[in-house]
Amino acid sequence: MTALGKLLRTTAFKLTLVYLTVFALFAVFLLGYFAWNTRRLITEQITQTVDAEITGLAEQYRQGGIRRLVFVVDARSRRPGSSLYLVTTRAGEGLAGNVGSLSTGILETSGWTETAYRRLDDPDGAEHHALIRVFQLPAGFRLLVGRDLEERERLHDIVIAAGRWSLAVVIVLGVAGGFFVTRRVLKRVDAMTETTRQIMDGDLTGRLPVAGTGDELDRLATNLNAMLERIEALMHGLKEVSDNIAHDLKTPLTRLRNRCEEALRLAEDESQYRAALESTIEESEALIRTFNALLMIARAESGQARDGMTEFDAAEIARGVGELYEPLADEKGIHLKVEAPAAAPVHGNRELVSQALANLVDNAIKYGATGGPPLNGAAAEILVTAAGEGDRILLAVADSGRGIPAADRGRAVERFVRLEQSRSLPGSGLGLSLASAVARLHGGELKLEDNHPGLKTVILLPRSGSAPPTA
Amino acid sequence: MISAVQYRPSARDIAYPRDGAFVMRLLIIEDDRDAADYLAKAFREVGHVADLAADGEEGLAHALDGQYDVLIVDRMLPKLDGLAVIGTLRSKGIETPALILSALGQVDDRVKGLRAGGDDYLPKPYSFSELLARTEALARRRGSREETVYRVGDLELDRLSHQVTRAGDEIVLQPREFRLLEYLMKHAGQVVTRTMLLENVWDYHFDPQTNVIDVHISRLRSKIDKGFTQALLHTVRGAGYMIRDSK
Repeated sequence: MTALGKLLRTTAFKLTLVYLTVFALFAVFLLGYFAWNTRRLITEQITQTVDAEITGLAEQYRQGGIRRLVFVVDARSRRPGSSLYLVTTRAGEGLAGNVGSLSTGILETSGWTETAYRRLDDPDGAEHHALIRVFQLPAGFRLLVGRDLEERERLHDIVIAAGRWSLAVVIVLGVAGGFFVTRRVLKRVDAMTETTRQIMDGDLTGRLPVAGTGDELDRLATNLNAMLERIEALMHGLKEVSDNIAHDLKTPLTRLRNRCEEALRLAEDESQYRAALESTIEESEALIRTFNALLMIARAESGQARDGMTEFDAAEIARGVGELYEPLADEKGIHLKVEAPAAAPVHGNRELVSQALANLVDNAIKYGATGGPPLNGAAAEILVTAAGEGDRILLAVADSGRGIPAADRGRAVERFVRLEQSRSLPGSGLGLSLASAVARLHGGELKLEDNHPGLKTVILLPRSGSAPPTA
Repeated sequence: MISAVQYRPSARDIAYPRDGAFVMRLLIIEDDRDAADYLAKAFREVGHVADLAADGEEGLAHALDGQYDVLIVDRMLPKLDGLAVIGTLRSKGIETPALILSALGQVDDRVKGLRAGGDDYLPKPYSFSELLARTEALARRRGSREETVYRVGDLELDRLSHQVTRAGDEIVLQPREFRLLEYLMKHAGQVVTRTMLLENVWDYHFDPQTNVIDVHISRLRSKIDKGFTQALLHTVRGAGYMIRDSK
């Protein structure tokens, strides 16, 4: 496709053509209307003038008969101007006037006629047009009064010329403007197309150009850029997941396989086989849990879980989860407290939010108590709170353990990331990622804060009725 | 962390005490031949009767006879979908309890399964002990009536007054402990798994990672069994818990 062909095919250019046609038709209509009306007005004026002259001449005839009429007509004919006069006998012989020749048969008609004529003082000149009226006088005399139409025709010509010019100007300006606008739009769209092609080729870092004018193309580009941002993040996440799956699932799978091989090679009696099989099942159970957690996160991230959303009270979730984990914490010498005094309405997936909070509490019990005795010598404590703050609901779990250094907090939320200090403890490393995915599903976020000492994990959710989840 | 749950490869090894007379007639509707054979064999090993159907239509035809105590239905079946099989049965007034097996394990899948007329939902992969416990619970639920007072040995639980006594002495329980004991006593003599407790007592359908249930059970145990020579609340190795009078 040539550059011109491409230009002509654009929506902008097609729109230009449509507007051009509309404006041209409008111009033609306007001029036509104007021409028709002026013509009518001029004709009206002519007939009025001719009528007045006829009235005047008829008066002269009544007062002085044909003789006086001929005298007056003769006198008026000599005046310069566009008025025409002719008085003839019954035989058509001219007595007075300034008309040289007429189309034949005109004198026999009566009333208004448009006709060609030649002036008496210019018998060989060009034919002129006139609007005339023939008046029958007694005794066969005829009086012709008329007016030259040259003025009207000149105006007509002017209007036609104006029409041509304005049409030409409209077309030239329209086409030029169309080209200009189309080129401008095409240039930006081409830039976008180029970027998208680049992205399709695999370079996800490309972003569409934003001109900064805030027009519809800019808004489109901004939105597409936000979409690309999200896709890139997802792709990045996916890559990381596959890397981590490779690591975190391959390791237990290898272990599992080794154990089976070892049993085959070394086991001597049934009890050894049994032990090997039991540990195999145990290992596979851990794998299934990891898979389930991964599926759950994928589901929360893809937004599918939005189907099961209902209204529920986050304070109730906090109490329920707190109650579920309290004996476990107690067993480890940790004091677990729940503070959820007021209702905290949330619209969402109750089950997922419960699980997210359960993960945070589970983490707090596992890792929050590993920092040795707390500094002040009191018993380790975990505080679960549910509270409203403006249009947000905060579900928080605060422990008094070692916490996570500020630099590591961002990384801790990623899938499978288990910070060095917790490598030795059991767990899939998916707890925080799930909590984060659940928070984002609801249009909220997961925040890790310093509890001085310890870690405070906060799930921020929009309060029910305040804002629909958009993430 | 997972070691609290011990698995045994053979169904015969799930040797928890069983009522000898209790025999279930089961219909397993499952198109995966290996899985179906494994299940049938395992159920037969523990003394139940199991029939097989390889697709939805065949399963429906068998189930329409109504001779079964429990149906085990795979969710995705050739010819007729598992949920459709259950739906058809229910519309014909056949109320045989049905347990749905499914590779789809999310909460809303479960809700859909139960809404279609299923009585329980177990996501794959499952352990046989879990399936067995749930199937037996379904089969017995059929015959059981809702009593006001549950009795196991000298332990009594009054569901109306929320009073629990052992050998005539009142035991004070937290509301959740009461519900836990109520569920266990409702299924007295049957194995109750940890997930069954989590689902029915707490109404949670997720994996709590750590075995929180065990701690709740040990608390409850210390309240009802401590100081008595006769323990009532038993841990069933590789399966779950059971409350029973072992006399």
